[in-house]
Amino acid sequence: MSEEREPPPLPGAAQTVFPEPQDAEDLFVSAASAMESPEAACLSAEDISPSSNGPRDDDPDDLFAEATEEVSLDSPERQPILSDGPSPAITPVTPVMISPRVDVFDRSPDQDEDEEENRDTFDIQISVSDPEKVGDGMNAYMVYKVTTKTSLSIFSRDEVCVKRRFSDFLGLYSKLASKYMHMGYIVPPAPEKSIVGMTKVKVGKEDLSSVEFVEKRRSALERYLLRTVKHPALLKDPDVLQFLESSELPRAVSTQALSGAGILRMVNKAADAVNKMTIKMNESDAWFEEKQQQFENLDVQLRKLHASVESLVCHRKELSVNTASFAKSAAMLGNSEDHTALSRALSQLAEVEEKIDQLHQDQSYADFYLISELLGDYVRLITAVKGVFDQRMKAWAKWQDAQVMLQRKREAEAKLQYANKPDKLQQATDEIREEIEEWEGKVQQGERDFEQISKNIRREVGRFEKDRVKDFRVVIIKYLESLVHTQQQLIKYWEAFLPEAKAIA
Amino acid sequence: KIYEPEVHSDRRKWRMRSVSVDLNNDASLVIDIPDALCERDKVKFTVHTKTTLSSFQKPEFSVPRQHEDFIWLHDTIVETEEYAGFIIPPAPPKPDFEGPREKMHKLGEGESSMTKEEYAKMKQELEAEYLAVFKKTVQVHEVFLQRLSSHPMFRKDRNFQIFLEYDQDLSVRRKNAKEMFGGFFKNMVKSADEVLISGVKEVDEFFEQEKNFLLDYSIKIKDATAKAEKMTRSHKNVADDYNHISGALNNTAADNNTAFKNMCVLQKVEDRMASDQELKLTELLRYYTRDIQAAKDLLYRRARALADYENSNKALDKARLKGKDVAQAEENQKQCLQKFDKLSESGKKELTSFKARRVVAFRKNLIEMTELEIKHAKNSVSLLQGSIEILKSN
Repeated sequence: MSEEREPPPLPGAAQTVFPEPQDAEDLFVSAASAMESPEAACLSAEDISPSSNGPRDDDPDDLFAEATEEVSLDSPERQPILSDGPSPAITPVTPVMISPRVDVFDRSPDQDEDEEENRDTFDIQISVSDPEKVGDGMNAYMVYKVTTKTSLSIFSRDEVCVKRRFSDFLGLYSKLASKYMHMGYIVPPAPEKSIVGMTKVKVGKEDLSSVEFVEKRRSALERYLLRTVKHPALLKDPDVLQFLESSELPRAVSTQALSGAGILRMVNKAADAVNKMTIKMNESDAWFEEKQQQFENLDVQLRKLHASVESLVCHRKELSVNTASFAKSAAMLGNSEDHTALSRALSQLAEVEEKIDQLHQDQSYADFYLISELLGDYVRLITAVKGVFDQRMKAWAKWQDAQVMLQRKREAEAKLQYANKPDKLQQATDEIREEIEEWEGKVQQGERDFEQISKNIRREVGRFEKDRVKDFRVVIIKYLESLVHTQQQLIKYWEAFLPEAKAIA
Repeated sequence: KIYEPEVHSDRRKWRMRSVSVDLNNDASLVIDIPDALCERDKVKFTVHTKTTLSSFQKPEFSVPRQHEDFIWLHDTIVETEEYAGFIIPPAPPKPDFEGPREKMHKLGEGESSMTKEEYAKMKQELEAEYLAVFKKTVQVHEVFLQRLSSHPMFRKDRNFQIFLEYDQDLSVRRKNAKEMFGGFFKNMVKSADEVLISGVKEVDEFFEQEKNFLLDYSIKIKDATAKAEKMTRSHKNVADDYNHISGALNNTAADNNTAFKNMCVLQKVEDRMASDQELKLTELLRYYTRDIQAAKDLLYRRARALADYENSNKALDKARLKGKDVAQAEENQKQCLQKFDKLSESGKKELTSFKARRVVAFRKNLIEMTELEIKHAKNSVSLLQGSIEILKSN
């Protein structure tokens, strides 16, 4: 079935299908459209409830249905081009204002000290920059420059630049996910595809929303790479190295159609299917149960927080627009005012309000790029975390199944004693003996795998939690600093206005 | 289930500071509204008077009054013929609790799906909004009375005195007044006033200028008021969002509660910024939109008087032609001229002092607003920097 919009991200270890209104905007698409049309996004942000992201597919048996439903960037667009231009509510802003790149992973001195404590030499800087459009029309795509600066020995050079397109990132993620997720490693998900956003870019719209979209994507890709290399195992992975270093990257054709979410969904659907078939796992380890519950709660809270922040972004943009409109009105009032000093003061007030409106706009960018995007990243990361817990369940189930099979084979062997076909008995006994050995091996392997994945998950979760706390702290400090800056500017503007107000005689 | 906020069952009294337009400078009659009660959506204002005038029975006294009483007082003054040459202080608008009421609804409906903290926060928001509406309505009712008390003619008005002094319910008088006047003057075609005013052939330079100024200014100030209202509402929305976010951040970060407690206070500061901006700027504009209308009403009455005078001239000419009822027509013409002259004379004084009053009010409110914005911003900065310190030191 073809969808017009980006399919929602994995809802998590959802064993039930949530009855979901067909037009509920999912969180991430609305994050994209928040920059494009604040009014529409405002409504949807308010309407979202955390539980509205249920699976959408019509065919529950086709596990790969959703994974392949996106339109490949190369194939001709089958969908009508959706929405046109930014909503009238946006005051056009010169693109210059968008580019102050908010470096989420800015290496502040405190952070370096922390890093030194925990890792030996984690010295790698990655930047994604210079988005360039290649080609025309519906076959066009964006190419990004990926620059890696490092002193680590596994890299062949200190500094290397390569050109990559979006599907290359997705390809990298799909490879990593297929290699590591089943071992319990939390593989950072790649950014989401966006048909609407990309279509505008392809079609050549040079407007504000396309520029914002590209910037948002560039920033997301950068964060994705940085998170990936922060993982000690992934950093050493040959696919990662190849991605960062080699000038030519083979196009992973089969993964092209898959988005990061699509893969996660696929993997987790498999786990779901397994879970539905087996009995609920007897959790011998309370830690896992606790952690799973924690992550469930965190998921809910983060989604709520994300929704609130999106609401803030929206309202702050409105505030900026309304302030600008008031400024104009105050200027007109000042012109009409026949008392000279008051007239001048009103015009000055209009100027102050205009400056303030710009301030609000800049602040809303900070709101968005710092907080909202971080939250979006973490909502997806939590999905990946829940995915590895599911993998563990899958491993447990596999182990249990092997035990069941082994038991059956043993019973079959016992039954053979009562079979009354003596000539075939020896052959049958040998066969069954072989099978029993095979399944004994599988049971042992299953147990080993299960313990290994449990161990890995414990380590991964520990690392994840530490990173999360640090990540949030860094970003929140940055955000608060941006708020401080805004307030200090406000003080400056109002203090300049005060004598004007006092001068009214 | 219907939610009943505790605000109502508390019957709290809200202590207000009078934020007037500098009208209490004559100590012989000082009026203020020191507090008000909110009961269901009815507001009971305590009108407090201090006076040295012998026309009052006591030197200091208080009475409870409702919004409808203020309207009654305003209407009787408007209907009084002798006051036609004055700018009648605009009636205070009805207390509007629609915003808080909506919030109350949301709170009731969402109660089951909210955490305890979220619920507490929303309740806080709700109370803050009630308080804001309250402040505004008290301010505007107070200013109305102070305009009357500071005007040489209105302060002597018999009904004004009754309003201030009469210690019984005014509702009986209100009903009688309605029956007597039936809002006659008010129902006169207000919509025609623009045409009438601009149609007047003005010989007086002063009134010509005033007319042009008032017609243009009233449009501009109405627009500025609407835009200021939108801006203030957006500001409030942002403050509300901070409220939700600080609560949610508290839950997720979990490792540093002091920093996030600061965020909650920050939200309150942001909210105060928004309300103070509203009180000083938006309310100022709202008030003067109404006052400009009152000034235009004066011009209207004068224009009407001029039209009457011109008609009486025509009638006199006709009478002289016919040779009938000339004395009566002459008398009529003399009366009309007198009325017109009186209106012009007092109108000039009123409009001149109106400009002075407007300038003073704008100055005062703009200064106060700016000083408050600076104060709040400085507060925010120190709160934010405190939080940053705590977070960095971890």
